[in-house]
Amino acid sequence: MSAQNGNAAGGDGKRAVSTRTEVRRHAVLSQIKPWLYLLPALIFLGIFMVYPLFDVLIYSVEEGYNSASQTYFGIGGYNYAYVLRDPFFLQALKNTFILVIITVPVSTGIALLISLGLHSIGRLKELFQTIFFLPYVTNTLAVGLVFMILFKKTPYSDGFMNLLITAVGGTAVDFIDGPYWAKMFVMCFYTVWVVLPFKILILTSALASVDENLYKAARVDGTSSFRIFTRITLPMISPMIFYLIITGFIGAFKAYSDEVAIFGTDLNAAGMNTIVGYVYDMLYGDSGGYPSYAAAAALILFAIVLTITCINLLISRKNVHYT
Amino acid sequence: MNTQNTYDEIGKRYRTGARIRSGITYALLTVWAVIVLFPFYWMILTSVKSYGTYNAEYVPKLWTPSPTLQNYRDAFTTVDLGRYFFNTIIFTVVTTVLMLFVIVLAAFAFSRLQFKGRDLLFTVFLSLMMIPNELVIITNFVTITDWGMRNSYWGLILPSVTSVFYIYLLKENFEQIPEELYKAAKVDGTSDLKYLWKVMIPICQPTIVTITILKVIECWNSYVWPRLITDDAAYYLVSNGIQEIRENGFGRENIPAMMAAVVVISIPLIVLFLLFHKKIMAGVSRGGTKGI
Repeated sequence: MSAQNGNAAGGDGKRAVSTRTEVRRHAVLSQIKPWLYLLPALIFLGIFMVYPLFDVLIYSVEEGYNSASQTYFGIGGYNYAYVLRDPFFLQALKNTFILVIITVPVSTGIALLISLGLHSIGRLKELFQTIFFLPYVTNTLAVGLVFMILFKKTPYSDGFMNLLITAVGGTAVDFIDGPYWAKMFVMCFYTVWVVLPFKILILTSALASVDENLYKAARVDGTSSFRIFTRITLPMISPMIFYLIITGFIGAFKAYSDEVAIFGTDLNAAGMNTIVGYVYDMLYGDSGGYPSYAAAAALILFAIVLTITCINLLISRKNVHYT
Repeated sequence: MNTQNTYDEIGKRYRTGARIRSGITYALLTVWAVIVLFPFYWMILTSVKSYGTYNAEYVPKLWTPSPTLQNYRDAFTTVDLGRYFFNTIIFTVVTTVLMLFVIVLAAFAFSRLQFKGRDLLFTVFLSLMMIPNELVIITNFVTITDWGMRNSYWGLILPSVTSVFYIYLLKENFEQIPEELYKAAKVDGTSDLKYLWKVMIPICQPTIVTITILKVIECWNSYVWPRLITDDAAYYLVSNGIQEIRENGFGRENIPAMMAAVVVISIPLIVLFLLFHKKIMAGVSRGGTKGI
């Protein structure tokens, strides 16, 4: 702007020209400036998100890649074939699917029950809400260790859970180092414990946002409370339930650190590995150094999650009520 | 008179039913509250039992008559818990500050500045939210290793300083500020940066505080990336520290000392939560998700 003022003393023609260059310069500047603001984000996203996305595809088709010499034999689908035949991967796939199939419905169901309970009470509501949210802010590795101790049976002690089990007449089981289903139970139980706070919170706020007049109208008509639930509450909060089911699926497929917390870092030895755990084991650690296998496994996981999310979306289009 | 009685009867029956139902509700909620709180109680209880007492209890006791703080002393002296703490604080603070810088600038560009390709670029940003971390972490691991940043603070920090989701959240918030304010500031000759700093950030402070808290929680609990990038205990964060302690810290059997470490690690976030629980819960219900 100051350049323009300085030119005011000059001739008319000269002034017009300089104003034009000024305007053009300003236009160029206003096109450049936004990119300066975006530059940090673009650099970080470019290096740590966009480039890796293409790179992981390349890794997954490079056969016999050696991370020490950075050489490979050829291009092809061998890595995928290897991963799909690897018994550790198949075990991880099985564990992950069982975990998903059990924890997603169970956690969503319990969260719905608890939120309905929270919604119906007056006193102590906030206290309960705060307590229920507590697991969200805790370090899952640290609390997982507590779960391990509660469920573990050692030569010195049966542990707290087995105390309860024997008290009701059962026999003590080692949940951490024992039979497969006992281990799976702890894994599912801990996962539900960890994911519930988020679900309860979302469903409680969804329930609070349902228009009170709908309930009043139904009560005037003498509708039974079961019918109110199935015909008003459920349809009104169905988008949120659906959101939780989708994110629940995605989250459960990516399970890993909760398992480490309970069974330790050598998940293959415990027979409790997950797909993500398999990816990291291939990348790093005692069995690591195979980024190609890791990339292939990660892409298989991505394909599974994408497929299931698409199926979920198709189902939701029929059953979810959007206002 | 008769009808009056019937009304009373119905009313009474309804009230009794409601009371029973609310009794059951409270009972069920209390059961879940106990399940949520019990692990916390158990870790505190175990952490104040002495090593001898704990191992002598074949049947674990729900109370200890002689609490001790010796385990806390062990937690800080036998393993380098103080160091893990220090690393985590550095990691959390630097990551959060850098991220705020990056996302505030990007959100400002998307919400206030006009430029060619803005909408297209924003769509690309949004589609990046679909990319799972597991997919890109493989290359990031190789990148950081190639840069020689394994076992360094920068190696830990750099991949976590952007979040497309928070850019999106902040941009939505920035856009709610009336455009007139921006124009008025332009007429007054206020520079963009000054406007951002003096007007937009103060107005959007609640969102920025929420984002900060969520990021701090995420940093404090992060485990996978630090595990990949550090194998030198001098750079462990608390999560890796606790895993290290579990696998070869106090000797596997010193459970009370392990629990003392767990308590110490859990306290900062629980204090943060107790102070800001309304803000945190509001922030999370507005769209925070764990692990995304």
